[in-house]
Amino acid sequence: MSQNPSDIRHTDLLIVGAGPAGMAAAVTVRRHGLSVRVIDDQPAPGGQIWRGIETVAATPRLARLGEAYRAGVDRAAAFRACGALYEPQSQLWQIEPGFRAFLTREGRARSVKAAAVILATGAQERPVPFPGWTLPGVLTVGAAQILLKTADSVPDKPVWIAGCGPLPLLYMTQLLAAGGRIAGFLDTTPRGRLGAAMRHLPRGLGRFGDLLKGLSWSLALKRAGFPIVRHVAELRAEGEGRLERLYYRTQEGRENTVAAEVLLVHEGVVPSVHAPLALGCATRWDAGQNCLIPVLDGWGETSQANVFVVGDGAGIGGAEAAELRGRLAALRVVSRFGRLDGGGLEAAARSERKALAHALALRPFLDALYAPRPQVFAPPDETLVCRCEEVTAGELRSRAVQGRPGPNQLKAFTRAGMGPCQGRQCGYTLAHIVAAAQNRPVEEVGFYRIRPPLKPVTLGELASLDEQEPAA
Amino acid sequence: MNAEAFDVAVVGGGLHGLSAALHLARIGRSVCVIERRWTGRHASGATAAGVRTLNRDLAEVPISLEAMAMWHRIAEIVGDDCGFQAHGQINVAERQEQMPTLLRREAKMRSLGYSHEELVDAKELRRLVPALSPHCVGALVARRDGAADPHRTVLAFRRACEAEGVVVAEGCGVEAVDRQGADWLLACGARRFRAPIVVNAGGAWAARLAALFGDEIALGVRASMMIVTERLAPLLAPVVSVIGRALSFKQSDQGTLVIGGGLQGAADLDRERSTVNFAELAKGARAASDLFPAVRGVRIARCWTGIEAQTRDHLPVIGASPNAAGLFHIFGFSGHGFQLVPVVGAITAELVAEGRSRRDISAFVPQRLMQERTAA
Repeated sequence: MSQNPSDIRHTDLLIVGAGPAGMAAAVTVRRHGLSVRVIDDQPAPGGQIWRGIETVAATPRLARLGEAYRAGVDRAAAFRACGALYEPQSQLWQIEPGFRAFLTREGRARSVKAAAVILATGAQERPVPFPGWTLPGVLTVGAAQILLKTADSVPDKPVWIAGCGPLPLLYMTQLLAAGGRIAGFLDTTPRGRLGAAMRHLPRGLGRFGDLLKGLSWSLALKRAGFPIVRHVAELRAEGEGRLERLYYRTQEGRENTVAAEVLLVHEGVVPSVHAPLALGCATRWDAGQNCLIPVLDGWGETSQANVFVVGDGAGIGGAEAAELRGRLAALRVVSRFGRLDGGGLEAAARSERKALAHALALRPFLDALYAPRPQVFAPPDETLVCRCEEVTAGELRSRAVQGRPGPNQLKAFTRAGMGPCQGRQCGYTLAHIVAAAQNRPVEEVGFYRIRPPLKPVTLGELASLDEQEPAA
Repeated sequence: MNAEAFDVAVVGGGLHGLSAALHLARIGRSVCVIERRWTGRHASGATAAGVRTLNRDLAEVPISLEAMAMWHRIAEIVGDDCGFQAHGQINVAERQEQMPTLLRREAKMRSLGYSHEELVDAKELRRLVPALSPHCVGALVARRDGAADPHRTVLAFRRACEAEGVVVAEGCGVEAVDRQGADWLLACGARRFRAPIVVNAGGAWAARLAALFGDEIALGVRASMMIVTERLAPLLAPVVSVIGRALSFKQSDQGTLVIGGGLQGAADLDRERSTVNFAELAKGARAASDLFPAVRGVRIARCWTGIEAQTRDHLPVIGASPNAAGLFHIFGFSGHGFQLVPVVGAITAELVAEGRSRRDISAFVPQRLMQERTAA
């Protein structure tokens, strides 16, 4: 399609996010002839895992970033060729039932319409509040990896890495390959996790390649010779105006303070649930992944008809599962438009379902192995929990026992969650603090009511909507 | 099951319910506040918290002025200043042809002996609000007006209530009402409350509660939308509204801009939810950026709507039920009830204790919104 996407107001389907799931969904529905608009924050397709793939493909960086990254080259090309209306650098900030989606692109807001919506907005890193986490010099592993992928940016000082999960291991191998230096790895995986995870291993043995990959990362890191400290339970970043020292304490009680200029932290990822929550989609607490997950049927459809969630937003599953979930939802949409009958739909879905089960086989093992340490959810009193409004864990704890307030009342009392991040940084921490203080399960506590806009939009941009909208 | 017994049961834990409970407790009544969700859940938690006498309906002016005097000593009443700051409210004219409207209003108020509304020219307007676009030509100003912090206000009234022994029962929605001797029995799930006096402060749901007592009162609903932005350096002190546009514009203590003005979203009383209509809200953003060009690049942090009651004459309902003995109504504030909170509590206590009020509340009687019963 050669038309300017902003001139077309209505499409059959709207896909939010151009990562593995969104791209796979778009390619699938286009194959069946539906019109689709794909909007995405980024300037180019690929999502987080394949970030910058089109530009990196032509550079030596491609080889350094590994096989899983290289796989994105073909996917981005297929997506570009599929005929979707693709609107990069667009911020989706509201979806009204029916569906009318509001987005901002190049400083102008406008609304578009679609009969079905697929949310492929991925995951975010789990916020990890600890004393000093907001000091300059403390970043997340995910943020550092984005810089590595898009700008070939390697910190010029040796970096400390603290956390657990596959991402720190992958990033460290990528960083070493790019010539970066690692001061040390504080592995926060608690003692005994491997044993607990082993019972899930038989199911995951089909993913032998992934296991081998993880093992090879670990071995390469050991050979690199930097210190690796196991079972780190507590962290504190210290310094005047920026990170200078790093204190840590292991489960066994071993303490140390080391000089540090850069600290990268990571305690896993959680689905981005703000868009489904804002649409009123039902969610459930997933004990395995310690987060909210939208309630979905086998096609990825939410409790709101014609709203689908795919990719890591549907529960952390990785890129391979994301693509499969994207295709399943796309097939369901295609059948709703009468382009596939029941038999055709089931036939097409069968192989995707089988592949999805295989792609997710290792997940329970990984979830059990890398379940966050309890300290992530119980930061010391002096820790900032809501960094937008500067509310500490101690303030939330003392308020949580006055009456029996839920997250939305605490928000009104303390302003926690009222800042521009809409509670993305403090929501889960606050929920755990409330649960502990009131001695009830975290799944019962609930979450903030999500208020629009999902992304900050300026007054001028919203005003521009008034200039274009036809009079009601 | 044993019912919890009180002298007065106030239904509705918004600010008007809490204020009524506080004033009743202070004249020695035992009071409970029965709230379906939690205190300040709806309009009281979603309000812009304007404390405004400016441009009030003439029927409201006397009690509004009394309320304003109470706001200026609010800490003596509830133990906290509620974040109230008297930086004035200003109603701006953008065009010369709007000035006669302001002139007529000021003349009318003076003829009635009121002096709180004052006409100012472009120069004084610029001095009061330097950030305002230079095209504005004049304004009506109430200098003792201002705004408060809604959450602090709810908390202050609630704490003052509890300090006076008021029982605040949250999570209790009134499902059924029964007459037992001289008492009303209110059934709320597993809990039962009994009291000879019931105050209906049910906000948007007040007509439904009234119906349980046999009062059929016509009541509409509003879902006024609000915008709050990121924090910015001090831009303006007063609350600014504009003739002919839906805009109310102020800056909070935290530095955020709070933009409202009565643009309507959609309310769903059954689901207790309301939703923002952005195509409509864009008009407010447009008005804000026309009046304050410097804010065009300021990011919106969140938008919301609150559900509140609206009567057909936009005046509140304050008075005794004509049908149900011991039932008093206080609701229907139609988007401008926040400022009246302290005085309506005092009026309610007076009505309960003496059966009448020294203030003129004849314009607020419930009967004006009730269908005439046809004679049998």
